[in-house]
Amino acid sequence: MSGLSTSVNPIPLHRLARWLLAVPVLMLLAYLVLMDNGAISQTGTFLHELMHDGRHLLGVPCH
Amino acid sequence: MIKTLLVRGLLVGLLAGLVAGAFAFFLGEPHVDSAIALEEAAPTGHASGEPGHDHGEGASEGHGHGDEAVVSRPVQRAGLFLATGLYGVAVGGVFALAFAGLRGRVGPRSEPLLAVAAAATAFAAIVLIPFLKYPANPPAVGDPATINARTLLYVVMVVVGLASVAIGVAATRRVTVRETWARALVGGVCFLVPVVAAWALLPTVDEVPAGFPASLLWDFRVASLGTQLVFWAAFGALFAVAGERAKARVS
Repeated sequence: MSGLSTSVNPIPLHRLARWLLAVPVLMLLAYLVLMDNGAISQTGTFLHELMHDGRHLLGVPCH
Repeated sequence: MIKTLLVRGLLVGLLAGLVAGAFAFFLGEPHVDSAIALEEAAPTGHASGEPGHDHGEGASEGHGHGDEAVVSRPVQRAGLFLATGLYGVAVGGVFALAFAGLRGRVGPRSEPLLAVAAAATAFAAIVLIPFLKYPANPPAVGDPATINARTLLYVVMVVVGLASVAIGVAATRRVTVRETWARALVGGVCFLVPVVAAWALLPTVDEVPAGFPASLLWDFRVASLGTQLVFWAAFGALFAVAGERAKARVS
């Protein structure tokens, strides 16, 4: 523990840019978990039903 | 550095998702089960073809219809952990990249403090603000025919939450007054105006069936909000601790 009040240097934004490619991938994952009804996953209502209780309890609209 | 933050976000997200899943399993599932029991006992249901609680394709779905259902109730209960875990991975990764961009620019200069402050802000923006307009509903509440419209409105509310926080933070940084309380006041007003406007202007959704027990609705909503609260509290704390550990290893 070399100190709790470490002041941090900002990460240059150009170094962050390529990592932002992960964002659409993660958003797609969130969409499949929370909202897909077969339109993208092509699994019919399977994903919806599998994630059903999670959707309700995470507060996402569900049927 | 960015890679470390991203990996930390993904793993801590998974862990916090499983913790929230455990909370939801013990404190939320009983209410889900009660709602499904009511739904199945209702005279208007799948059998009569009423728009009671049908997923649109007709035929074989439902919540607890044994061998008829696409996914049985026990599997749905296990799927809860899958859902909260994957939710944690997804939002944890996005959070980590946002954190990488904000770190050293906005908020506390101490990494653990920033982690906790950012997690609390994320909870307010993407959970609390949407929840107050479009609260979580148990099974049997909500018209299947409006699912797309309701989902869209919910997403709009999440965007409003995130945008309002960004506007509030930007205003606090731009404002030229020196007093901290005045800066906070300006930031707070700039944050609240779009939020309140969205609450007032977006359409209301009121699809609670007549006779649905108010206490069950309340208990479910508290459990749902609690699930998200547990997730973001666990996530913020674990993300902060993981950062301190990473630093201790380096030095």
